[in-house]
Amino acid sequence: MNPQLFQLICFYAFGFVTVAAALSVITLRNSVHAVLALVLTFFSAACLWILLEAEFLALALIVVYVGAVMVLFLFVVMMLDIDQAKMREGFVKFLPVGLIVAAVMLVEMLGLIGVRAMQAQVMGADPAIAAGMSNTEWLGHALYTTFLLPFEIAALILTVGIVAAVALTLRERRAARWEPASQQVKVNPRDRVRIVKMAAVRPDEPTAPQEPQP
Amino acid sequence: MLDQLIHQLVVPVLYILAIVLPLVLAVAMFVYWERKVLGWMHVRMGPNKIGPFGLLQAFADVTKLLIKEVILPTKANRFLYYMAPMIALIPALAVWAVVPFSSTMVLSNANAGVLYLLAMTSMGVYGIIIAGWASNSRYALLGAMRSAAQVISYELAMGLCLVCVLVLAGSLNLTEIVNAQAGSKGIFDWFWLPLLPVFVIYFISGVAETNRAPFDMAEGESEIVAGFHVEYSGSAFALFFLAEYANMILVSFLAAVLFMGGWLSPFPASWGFIGHGGFPWLLIKAFLFSFMFLWFRATFPRYRYDQIMRLGWKVFIPIAIAWVFVAGLLKYYGLVSIGTGA
Repeated sequence: MNPQLFQLICFYAFGFVTVAAALSVITLRNSVHAVLALVLTFFSAACLWILLEAEFLALALIVVYVGAVMVLFLFVVMMLDIDQAKMREGFVKFLPVGLIVAAVMLVEMLGLIGVRAMQAQVMGADPAIAAGMSNTEWLGHALYTTFLLPFEIAALILTVGIVAAVALTLRERRAARWEPASQQVKVNPRDRVRIVKMAAVRPDEPTAPQEPQP
Repeated sequence: MLDQLIHQLVVPVLYILAIVLPLVLAVAMFVYWERKVLGWMHVRMGPNKIGPFGLLQAFADVTKLLIKEVILPTKANRFLYYMAPMIALIPALAVWAVVPFSSTMVLSNANAGVLYLLAMTSMGVYGIIIAGWASNSRYALLGAMRSAAQVISYELAMGLCLVCVLVLAGSLNLTEIVNAQAGSKGIFDWFWLPLLPVFVIYFISGVAETNRAPFDMAEGESEIVAGFHVEYSGSAFALFFLAEYANMILVSFLAAVLFMGGWLSPFPASWGFIGHGGFPWLLIKAFLFSFMFLWFRATFPRYRYDQIMRLGWKVFIPIAIAWVFVAGLLKYYGLVSIGTGA
């Protein structure tokens, strides 16, 4: 089979799955099903990127979003007790607002695409292939040489975000009885258990109650 | 046309079968070996009735599981309940695509092999979470929650260990990582020596990642019966079992490939045939690591949940981050010689 034709078939297959999964994210009634559909969307988007030979981005998408972020999403959604009937109330009431928001967004997106299309230029050759390296290697070189400062700033912003999230949500529970784990680890068994040596005793007296034989 | 079809479709499927079938067989024999080793460590016999030395015990168990009925609990989510075992098994088998068995024997010699490995292993947790939620049982849900928190925490430590390896090797390709460990000093050229703390962290994280004792919080027989698979029976349970053991064997193989020189021989090349590297060496190393899984299980009591989290976040991750810098310095000052492979 012609390899380009095969790639085209793969593209349409993955693209169809991506779009179908994305649609089911917003149409499925069960919120856990919706989150799983979102996972499928990410996964098939990663497959599309692999077709583009952007294997680093594709695998990073799976590791970060599918492997970590969506697991926590699923975690939270499973713990929530969502009343499905209540969620569906007021559909007619909010429909006009929703339609207006959707229409404005559609116009904005079309406008943006239109403006970009006027300035469109033909994409150059893949710089990774031009340099004769794998996509991951080229990305590593680019990030740590040309784009080092923006890369480090982005890392710093993410770290600040983590610290802020921890600082906002960490609260001391005064009621909880709590002991430092490092003290527990360092405890000496001899402080807790005393082993007593004693001579074996034989129940010679016939009055002593007999143990049942197994 | 037919020629191309055979080349592009039939041959890869045959290769995949050549990996998966021995793997399933290895899981069956590993279960037998586990029961035997645990028996010896408890000073009893272990399985010894079916076949010579009880060797056919695993096949009897499999037959029993396959002809049992799969019971759907009331109010369980039918679709996800049946999907969960498959979702658990597929990533566990898919990872094997990039594992190099010898210098030329690998299904996919992918450039981003280590990343693919991380991506696939991180997806295994979905099977557990979905199983826990779909069975509509308190114990199963608790097991799934514990497992999700534990796997995500230890994945970070594991990822940082892999970063250390690829800083030294300078490649994400697993075959090149093994070739980088080749050298004249034999066993002292492998990465376990410059990366000793990371090597230990990697293996312990691997034990935690597969939810094995002493990190088997997700199953915790004494607290939550059997955790996420408490409602599963028959072949559905067998699939979870298969996925767990396939993951254990995978962690053993990866520990051998990343830190213990993969298929390289520990002896100098002048020693004749035991000096040549090859698949048997990888098998011996992986076997030793998988034996340690069983040894741990017989030796250590189960960790408490908060202690697991403390170990992962406050001990392993800081050490691994510090060792990323150490690995960088070792590489920068040329203290670790990188073999080119031959």
